[in-house]
Amino acid sequence: MTATDVRDRALPARIASFPFPFPTDTYRYSTNVEPALAPRSTAAGSWGEHVLHVDEHYASDSAECAALLAADPTRLQELPHMRPAAWDAMLYVMGELRRARPDAFGLDRLGGDRWRWRNALLRIEQEFTFGDDATLPSGPLEFVAPQVQDDLVLLDQREGALWADAGVVTAAADWSMRFDVGMSFPEIHGPVPRVHPEGVIDRAHQFLMRLQPGEAYRRTNWTMTVGRRLDTATETYPEWGPDRRLVLEQDLGARLHLRVEVQHLVRLPSSGAVLFLIRTHLLPLEDLARVPAWRDRFAAVLEELPEDMADYKGLTRFRSAAVAWLRGAA
Amino acid sequence: MTALSPPAPVEAPGRTGPGTLLLRVTDVREAAAGIRTVEFVPADGGSLPAHPPGSHLVLHCGDRRNAYSLTGSGIAPESYTISVLLCPDGSGGSRWVHDLVVGDVVAADGPRSAFAPVATARHHLLVAGGIGITPLLSHARAAARWNRDFTLLYGYRPGAGAHLEELRRLCGRRLEEHPDLAVFLARIETALAGAPLGTHLYACGPAALLDVVLGTAERLGWPEARVHTERFSAAALDPGAPFEVTLARSGRRLTVPSGVSLLEALEDSGVPVPSMCRQGVCGECRVPVVAGSPLHRDLFLGEAEKAAADSLMCCVSRSTGPTLELDL
Repeated sequence: MTATDVRDRALPARIASFPFPFPTDTYRYSTNVEPALAPRSTAAGSWGEHVLHVDEHYASDSAECAALLAADPTRLQELPHMRPAAWDAMLYVMGELRRARPDAFGLDRLGGDRWRWRNALLRIEQEFTFGDDATLPSGPLEFVAPQVQDDLVLLDQREGALWADAGVVTAAADWSMRFDVGMSFPEIHGPVPRVHPEGVIDRAHQFLMRLQPGEAYRRTNWTMTVGRRLDTATETYPEWGPDRRLVLEQDLGARLHLRVEVQHLVRLPSSGAVLFLIRTHLLPLEDLARVPAWRDRFAAVLEELPEDMADYKGLTRFRSAAVAWLRGAA
Repeated sequence: MTALSPPAPVEAPGRTGPGTLLLRVTDVREAAAGIRTVEFVPADGGSLPAHPPGSHLVLHCGDRRNAYSLTGSGIAPESYTISVLLCPDGSGGSRWVHDLVVGDVVAADGPRSAFAPVATARHHLLVAGGIGITPLLSHARAAARWNRDFTLLYGYRPGAGAHLEELRRLCGRRLEEHPDLAVFLARIETALAGAPLGTHLYACGPAALLDVVLGTAERLGWPEARVHTERFSAAALDPGAPFEVTLARSGRRLTVPSGVSLLEALEDSGVPVPSMCRQGVCGECRVPVVAGSPLHRDLFLGEAEKAAADSLMCCVSRSTGPTLELDL
């Protein structure tokens, strides 16, 4: 038995279930979609058995989402025609929570449109009539968003395009739901470098529009964040933006995080809207370095990443320091 | 409304979402002269996939696959209901459905959506001719439930109007019944001319009726994006013709049957190919072509790459000729 084996066995769940996103030593944008609901193994464990993953941060993430929604209600956006899709999304999310953790969540049909929802982790019990706003304490998106660790964006399909017409986003990686609401899928992705000449966005758009009712796919995306901070929305840039400069003065390994989004793309069954679930996982470099294969791979990816992509992801100020730290931790 | 022999869905291993369903017949009844309504529940007692209004179910009718519109709203359905007009001169699908009895178990591919309502419409104008009422009954149910503004024009031959009682109950004054064809056609003209801006039009019925509706809409200046007719589109790829593949490096030969992808055939023969989406978008399963002419069906390759004919995405693409040689 080697030292590595011993270390691997002691890895905590936050590392073992971390969706490490790099299959090779170089990273470029691609239409990297794959069918959902299949476990994917990594050097440290696996992830992706269910659409929704409930972890040790559930209660604190829920409280942070609710607090942000209270402080800034514009984190929830919903154009008037999206209410049926919002109900559809709520019922879908409840069903997937129950599927992932039947011990903690219950969804029972009481007959016809009457349902009972039980969330033992947050001590919520709610009976409701599907489609009847008066039977919930708030709108369906506002009700369900703090009960799931993912952000939710709803895309309406019409006139040969998808439109981001509703969403609850409290863990944005430097974007704003309020700014993007009502935009088409190509418009939203306008600022991303490189992807347009290569047709990546157009292919993804075409693919999403062909999803059939109930189909679910997933992809990952990534960036880096200073501190375990979920909310890096455009709205709060003055609060977190300066950390990108200040991080160099602090303990890099504890403060710099690899931020990975597991995005699920689901054709909601009865409204026909596409639901984007965005789950953000943050792992500090010192945790990441406990898996030697990840430490080496991430150092290689960061070092090789072209300048325009590093700029777009906001890594420019600390990229070389992060590479040096990872190499030094070997 | 039925369409004989729609494209059969391509079933890829690992594909999520509704696959093949086993359904048990719980009710059959005469909806009108020559029209049989059949209700199904899951044979295993589980739940049924929900679906958008206007979706269809692909029933495995013996060795054929026929698509039939689902008449429910699609929200958390406890059963599926179809209504099928007997076509004595058809190729047998409607006869097969009319022969179903309570207790029969049938196979079906889960609901597919190609005729969904547009959520931003200011008004929904539904036009149904004869058995074309079935997807529009689904639309009307959903519209009534979500308080969408709609009008349903329903033309039928006297005595042959299906679902009249429930339509009257459901729609009230939003339903206009037209047993007289001349009056129906005249009313289509005035309805299309007088619809408020922002109206979306949905029509289903015999081809002759759809021609009238489309012609009238074009003449009156309706934007194409606001006119929707029920046709069974290629939401799924067709199964394709069988072809032979030669692997240039090993000299091995294998057959790709209809309904089986080249990727699946390679995997079944123990030839591993990296793959991800299995939908022709991710670019992972590209394989080099040495000889033969690929039938490109993917969204990944550009026009120039497709024209070069020196590679193909083996998850969806096939061969235009009987043989293809790959650099594998």
